[in-house]
Amino acid sequence: MEINIEKILFYGFSTILLGSATAVIFSRNSVRAVLFLVLAFFACAGLWLLQQAEFLAITLVLVYVGAVMVLFLFVIMMLDINVATKEARLVRYFPLGILIAALIVSQIIWILWKGGSWVGIQGDMNPGESNVSAIGKLLYTDYIYPFELAGIILLVAIVAAISLAFRGRRRGTRGQKIKEQIAVRSQDRVTLVSLKPTIRKDL
Amino acid sequence: MQTVCIGIILAPLLGAGIAGLCALLEQGKKIAALSAIGGVALSFFLSLILLKNLLWDGVELHEGELYTWGIVGGIQFQFGFLIDRLSAAMMVVVSFVSWMVHVYTLGYMKEDPGYSRFFSYTALFTFFMLLLVSANNFLQLFLGWEGVGLVSYLLIGFWYHRESANVASMKAFLVNRVGDLGFLLGIGVILLVFGTLNYQEIFEQATRGDIAGQALQLFQGHHWQAITVICILLFIGAMGKSAQIPLHVWLPDSMEGPTPISALIHAATMVTAGVFMVARMSPLYELSPVASSVVLVVGATTALFMGILGVVQQDIKRIIAYSTLSQLGYMMASQGASAYAAGIFHLFTHAFFKALLFLGAGSVIIALHHEQNIWKMGNLKRYLPITYWTMLVGGLALIGFPGFSGFYSKEIIIDAVRLSSLPGASYAYWALFIGVFFTALYTFRLIFVVFHTHERMDASVRAHLTEPGASVWIPLIMLAIPSLCIAWFVGDALLFDGYFKNSIVVDPLHDALPRIAHHYHSVMHFALQAPMTPLFWVMTLGIFTAWFCYVKRPEIPGLIIRRVEGLHRVLLSKYGFDAFNQIVFAAGGRRLGHVLWQGGDQKIIDGFFVNGSAKSIQILSGVVRQLQSGFLYHYALAMLVGLLVFLLWM
Amino acid sequence: MITLSNVLVVSTLLFGISLAGIILNRKNLIVLLMCLELMLLAINTNFIAFAHHYADLAGQVIVFFVLTVAAAESAIGLALLVVFFRARQTIRVDQLNSLKG
Repeated sequence: MEINIEKILFYGFSTILLGSATAVIFSRNSVRAVLFLVLAFFACAGLWLLQQAEFLAITLVLVYVGAVMVLFLFVIMMLDINVATKEARLVRYFPLGILIAALIVSQIIWILWKGGSWVGIQGDMNPGESNVSAIGKLLYTDYIYPFELAGIILLVAIVAAISLAFRGRRRGTRGQKIKEQIAVRSQDRVTLVSLKPTIRKDL
Repeated sequence: MQTVCIGIILAPLLGAGIAGLCALLEQGKKIAALSAIGGVALSFFLSLILLKNLLWDGVELHEGELYTWGIVGGIQFQFGFLIDRLSAAMMVVVSFVSWMVHVYTLGYMKEDPGYSRFFSYTALFTFFMLLLVSANNFLQLFLGWEGVGLVSYLLIGFWYHRESANVASMKAFLVNRVGDLGFLLGIGVILLVFGTLNYQEIFEQATRGDIAGQALQLFQGHHWQAITVICILLFIGAMGKSAQIPLHVWLPDSMEGPTPISALIHAATMVTAGVFMVARMSPLYELSPVASSVVLVVGATTALFMGILGVVQQDIKRIIAYSTLSQLGYMMASQGASAYAAGIFHLFTHAFFKALLFLGAGSVIIALHHEQNIWKMGNLKRYLPITYWTMLVGGLALIGFPGFSGFYSKEIIIDAVRLSSLPGASYAYWALFIGVFFTALYTFRLIFVVFHTHERMDASVRAHLTEPGASVWIPLIMLAIPSLCIAWFVGDALLFDGYFKNSIVVDPLHDALPRIAHHYHSVMHFALQAPMTPLFWVMTLGIFTAWFCYVKRPEIPGLIIRRVEGLHRVLLSKYGFDAFNQIVFAAGGRRLGHVLWQGGDQKIIDGFFVNGSAKSIQILSGVVRQLQSGFLYHYALAMLVGLLVFLLWM
Repeated sequence: MITLSNVLVVSTLLFGISLAGIILNRKNLIVLLMCLELMLLAINTNFIAFAHHYADLAGQVIVFFVLTVAAAESAIGLALLVVFFRARQTIRVDQLNSLKG
């Protein structure tokens, strides 16, 4: 079997991905689970790079790891969840869960085995052009409407997330009061005082 | 002519409406009475015009359709008139008797709080009766039929604060329902067989003959001649309305109503609706000897056995009621023997003399301050001469004393039955023959006990005994005249000279009247001939027996009763029809209802179907809801299992 | 050479692991969300593998959209989680059964 760097990278990233994914579902500490998830994302990003999806790999790291995972961490720490207890139930349902997962996995793999393509691929999908510009062209031409829609979905998600979690301004907290700020007049802020010049004798 | 018909029908309805309005507003008693009487009188005079048209102006018959109620599946439901000699004569009689009764009511009901209501009912009754008589189709006939039944119910229960009146009215209504069910079924079969409800079309089809042979399968494997089924079903309706055995039980109890009502509805008009209907349907009955035979036997049985009951009654109105039953039996028997004209003639004469007898009885009852027991009367001849003489006329007419109107009609009925060749005709003849004896017996028992012998009433009552006012005795006299002599003028025409022409159809094979006509020469001759016939002697024997037992030797009836106590008890219990109905139909119906209620309704329908289905859903959902654990991972698991199955399927 | 099926097997295994995680996890709603993210990741990997295999960028575009939706989903999911925690003081999955029939 010929050993090349691509294969080594592929199997290495795959092992890290699957291992950290397993760790995510079995770790008892949520923070640790998130950290394993971050690791899984990084490994996956490596896999994606191998598949010539450079833009998406970077996006995954930047957006997912940088934003979403951090959000997870924020939430976990904010909620201060104590999950360090030993779960008996987990053991009880373990065989069932594993069985079902294994069944589905084996089914898919069996299908792949029968009809999958085990031949290496040919050619470069981004000839003479960077992946980023290729995707950019596609997104802003053929997929412009879905792209806009995705933007709207994100906007809606922002509004939804805020309106769900926002409980109104609490007393005693500092914050902007925009109405008041806009409505302010110069007289309220600046008082012109006419002072009689006093001359210090001692100067 | 159409206009006249509409006028005849609507005048009483208008009167009833005005009277009913007065009754509702509780004022204007005079207006109520006048409008009702005016409406009925108008009907009477218009009916006379109609009759004149038919008799002298050469109008054969008038059939007109006024209005179509609806068309369903090609069948037209119409409102119309069939005016021929039969219905015209019937209308004259109905409106005349009704008018007389209205006038009589003026005096009789003077003190009653329901005065206006009474007039509105009676006028309404007249309307329905005229509707029934003038109908040209079965639907209108049925409308009138039910209408008179309804008014009869209302009037029997007129004194609704009396429990017995309410019970009697309900009884009348329920028993009539039984008959009406048969009638309705008969109409249904007619619709099925002929496809129309119009008389003329039905008769036309029936006489063409293809219907007569048609067979109906009532039950599996039992084929009946369609015409027989129709006739018998219709006759069941007639049995209810005309109170034939075994549906007669309501009529004696209907005497709970005010006396004018007994005269109008339960003697002269409504109860004769069945007889009229059979005569009207003569083209059909002629085709079915079986049905005719049934009519004959039932009629004759009623005539004899109800007459016997009249002998043991003590209530003056009930005696006359049983006499009515008996006379209705005569009419029916005559219809059965195909002597329709004779039956209708007896209907007419009976209408006059029975109304007379009832009104006379009413006069006695008022004079004695609502005493109805004949054993508390006596020697009233002295106090109520007009009543006595008019009632004597009525009684003689009733028993068929030669020369009186009843004589002609009854004599000819019995003759016709004697000549009939139907199965059961000889039984019917003897029943009617013996019936004559009992008619004479109970009639003269009544007359002797009430008007002769000695006074049995209280002294206080006796002190005030006087003839009631003019509005009471004028109708008595007005009715006594036709009771006495109507047969002299119209008997020939009605019976033998083909008055009815084509309104009554008789198969020449069993038409008895022409054969009787052989030894009938004139009214006078017929009456003089009477002593030669056995009937006369039977009747005389009846009168004599009555005289002997109740005047000469008043202790005899007691002796006889003691000798045949069982028989007497049977008669007092009216052959046990009431008890039978009570036990079999009422109690059985209640028990059946109880079983159906407890078992069928509560257990099966409520318990099994209604609550059962609810309970089974509850149990099922109790099982199913275990699946709804509320845990996310259960749902996820279910989803995955579904996915798994889906993939395997692929 | 890495073949298409190599990648598909990896993503299938990843999918299976996250599936098992959803079924097994009884204690923590956050882990559930994380498992969802992993599942989406597996799907995305599939898309990218096919895009690479057929040299068609459409697959990558779809991944782009999936990432967008997934980000939105996790944001809303976490917001819901926060609200839920405020209401119930717990995010244990085995106590979330108010929908029990």
